[in-house]
Amino acid sequence: MAVTEKDAGTEALKRGARRTALLSPRYAGVGALILVIIVLQFFFTNNFHYDVAIKIGLSAIVCVGLNLLIGYAGQISLGHAGFFGLGAYSSAILTDSYGWPPLASLFAGLVLVGVLSFVLARPILRLKGHYLAMATLGMGIIISIVLNQEVDLTGGPDGMPVPAFSLFGWSPNSEPAWYWLVSGVLVVTVWLSLNLIDSSIGRALRAVHGSEVAAETVGVDTTRYKVLIFVVSALFASLAGSLFAHYTGFLTPVVAEFFTSIQFVIMVVFGGMASVFGSVVGAAVLTALPEFLTVLHDYEHLVFGLLLMLTMIFMSKGLLPSLIILIRRRLP
Amino acid sequence: MLAEFLQFLFSGITVGAIYALVALGFSIIYNASHVINFAQGEFVMIGGMATVFMMAGGLPLPAAMLVAVAIAVCAGLALERFAVGQSRGASVVTLIIITIGASIFLRGLASVVWDRNFHTLPSFSGDEPIRLAGATLTPQSLWVLGVTLVVAVLLFWFFTRTLMGKAMLATAHNRLAAQLVGINTRFVLMLSFGLAAALGAIGGILITPIAPTYFEGGVMLGLKGFSAAIVGGLGHGLGAIVGGLIVGIAEAMGAGYISSAYKDAFAFVLILLVLFFMPSGLFGVRGTERV
Amino acid sequence: MTMKISRRGLALGVAAAAVLGFASAGAKAETIKVGSFLAVTGPAAFLGDPEKKTLELYVEKINKDGGILGKQVELIVYDVQHVADKARTAAKRLIEQDKVDFIIGGSTTGTTMAVVPLVEKAEIPFISLGGASVIVQPVKKWVFKTPHTDRMAVEKVYTDMKKEGISKVGLIAGSGGFDKSCLKNAKDLAGPHGMDIVASETYGKGDTDMTPQLTKIKSANPQGVLFCGFGAPAVTVTKNYRQLGIAAPLYHNHGSGSKKFVQGAGKAAEGVRLPAAALLVADQLPGADPQRQPALDYQAAYRERYGEDISTFGGHALDALMLMKAAMEKAGTTDKAKVRAELETTKNFIGVDGIFNMTTEDHMGLDLASFKMVEVRNGDWKFLY
Repeated sequence: MAVTEKDAGTEALKRGARRTALLSPRYAGVGALILVIIVLQFFFTNNFHYDVAIKIGLSAIVCVGLNLLIGYAGQISLGHAGFFGLGAYSSAILTDSYGWPPLASLFAGLVLVGVLSFVLARPILRLKGHYLAMATLGMGIIISIVLNQEVDLTGGPDGMPVPAFSLFGWSPNSEPAWYWLVSGVLVVTVWLSLNLIDSSIGRALRAVHGSEVAAETVGVDTTRYKVLIFVVSALFASLAGSLFAHYTGFLTPVVAEFFTSIQFVIMVVFGGMASVFGSVVGAAVLTALPEFLTVLHDYEHLVFGLLLMLTMIFMSKGLLPSLIILIRRRLP
Repeated sequence: MLAEFLQFLFSGITVGAIYALVALGFSIIYNASHVINFAQGEFVMIGGMATVFMMAGGLPLPAAMLVAVAIAVCAGLALERFAVGQSRGASVVTLIIITIGASIFLRGLASVVWDRNFHTLPSFSGDEPIRLAGATLTPQSLWVLGVTLVVAVLLFWFFTRTLMGKAMLATAHNRLAAQLVGINTRFVLMLSFGLAAALGAIGGILITPIAPTYFEGGVMLGLKGFSAAIVGGLGHGLGAIVGGLIVGIAEAMGAGYISSAYKDAFAFVLILLVLFFMPSGLFGVRGTERV
Repeated sequence: MTMKISRRGLALGVAAAAVLGFASAGAKAETIKVGSFLAVTGPAAFLGDPEKKTLELYVEKINKDGGILGKQVELIVYDVQHVADKARTAAKRLIEQDKVDFIIGGSTTGTTMAVVPLVEKAEIPFISLGGASVIVQPVKKWVFKTPHTDRMAVEKVYTDMKKEGISKVGLIAGSGGFDKSCLKNAKDLAGPHGMDIVASETYGKGDTDMTPQLTKIKSANPQGVLFCGFGAPAVTVTKNYRQLGIAAPLYHNHGSGSKKFVQGAGKAAEGVRLPAAALLVADQLPGADPQRQPALDYQAAYRERYGEDISTFGGHALDALMLMKAAMEKAGTTDKAKVRAELETTKNFIGVDGIFNMTTEDHMGLDLASFKMVEVRNGDWKFLY
């Protein structure tokens, strides 16, 4: 957000260099992620554990996409819960009220969000910094107001049921099944994102993050790339939203609320901007943390806020990048 | 017809004045630090809640108000001293997340130190409405408008006539240059957070007799204040006030003439339209990007 | 290479930490576990806060008096705000990890409906504190509720309006679930009750002034106005209503059944009518009224502990807890199926919300008589009928 031009340029270059060094073993990162997914599951003793893990996965899908936009292209969005909500409600409404198959509904959601984000992207991405934040915020709020007010369509704030998901006859009807499904989608998302970053598009994006004017001067069509990433991140959010709707089986407009958007951004920044795996870590920590903090009862939110502040003060680059720097320093 | 219009307008400017006070807080902190302080709404809440609990503790209203503003200022200074100020060199987005953490923390603190109920204050000069061409206005609305006006004038005087105010503007314009001419930019930063917190708290105190406050009561006001600051042009004093009035009046007119269910959406559509045509808000200056 | 290891090590570390933290504390033997998920914070905190306080207070009392069936009661409360998927996670935690015997909760309709499939599948008796009738209609085997439905509240208001000769009604409602559900019922029931809705307006979250909406309602010349909502906006709407000098009587729904509303709105609240549970006017009920004493006791205990007045919502939680206690005692066991069966056959249970008579068709068991019509007079509730 409002990245001040000057320092951001060198900062991004430095970060870019560091990142290529870190992520060059792209396979290793994805391999590690798959390993964690497999190993983690042995520690789960009940569906509650699976539930938290599934929610982590769904948030991570959104955050990986959002990080492409925030961390790599340097464009803030405070409205991605709107896309998440549109995906979720497309699936819910089309399957529940119109009897569409879940997969078709999911794709319908993707088409809707894709078209909407594409149409909105150009005027919105002309804005910079906090003004862009405001525009995306407004867009998200408008979507959530519509979902909240159109009671006949969405059930309003009391919510609506969502039929079970099915994929070519297979239906994930248990938490473990959902865990594998969501994990699979997450791995694919991460893989796609890593490839995108390493492509010429990724390099152009980093140039945009550094300095748009400079990028334009050397012939990068900055708008095109910004629009592309905006749409991609919106599609990830929509996809996660559709899965979320089917998984929870019951949907309320809270999913599209302003605060949900803020939560996604917090996860991205907390985990580490411009770090794909950082987003996964951010989503994991911030989804699981409140479950631990319940033991604090009335002090739950107070401590959560404090922990968030402290982490960002002492690890201002985000959890994962800061830890990596720390570990690197320790190792020869 | 005119009476109705006037009634919508009165509502719009009263609410808009509160948004303006919150927006001024956003702009002052933005000028000093380029940070959007998402805890601005919590200052509003602290202003209202602290006054309520000071009064419950036996203080008369004016004293309670002063103490409440002081508490909010302390919170603002602490936010700068222990959080934002500790993160020199962190990216702006990181700083914003810190302020979001602070807002969650302050809400949690308020719910523990005070409670989770809603509270109200007595109107400063009674509830007998004033009639004007068929519309009505409460004396409290006049207080809101009057105090906002006085605050605006004082701020204008401060920023254009005093050395400290000029130093703050200079820092906003170019921090390095300000440092070079001997301005203590660290102090400017502290002062901005204190000032913004005081403005928020004043807004909170003024609105509580009209709309009760509770520990999460600052969230929406903060959001609307942010919108107002953006529409007016971030960092621009007059812009913040005009922005506040625009958002307030848009909501009231939207509720009155279009649809009350979609009045907030209407206000946001209006904001988006303004930004599409004026990408730096109404009064903001479009900066050229340096390479 | 070093990086790879550290990253993997890190992830495993996180995983290990997660598992350590998640490992449930060994269940203490011989306690009855009651799980609850409530909107303790967030926009519905006005409901969840008194519910939580009430549950904590009365679980303590029950334990002091020897518990249920000689066992101590352990209460586990999770704050889920008004968020449906948090409610689901909390319910899974209660069912699978905490292994509770009984669930009370869901301050809102949305959070309740989100967990209904889970409790049905897990076969755990569940008493909801949500308002809408959809919770128990159609009947779900394991789901009960204690609050009167919002439909009943509207019916009560319309009955009173008819008595006052009102047939043209204006509506003003908030944007939350509670508000919208009331609004929907008000529209649906208007026809059958011979009411004509002449204006229907909405206010948004965090709004601080509702005069534009009320101005529109005023210009539609209603004979009576119904407010659907709760919390801080109830005060603002009432004050604005008086400011505009609208002559038509103002009705609130049962969401305003809290002394906080009367104190907050002050003089503006005078003359406001609303349907409320008997507990609000317990001291004015005739001495023979069976609801009088339990409600008075509740009021006194709550005041003593928390220094504030009771609200309708805390009462729902109290009734839920006591219904559970009664069912367990009658069943003589905490066996879920037996407790459920006892709950379903509850007869003449005197709660603070009213007298419960459950059947296989009715999992709420309150009738319209349990709502009392009250009016605000001289800064207090006045029992009308």
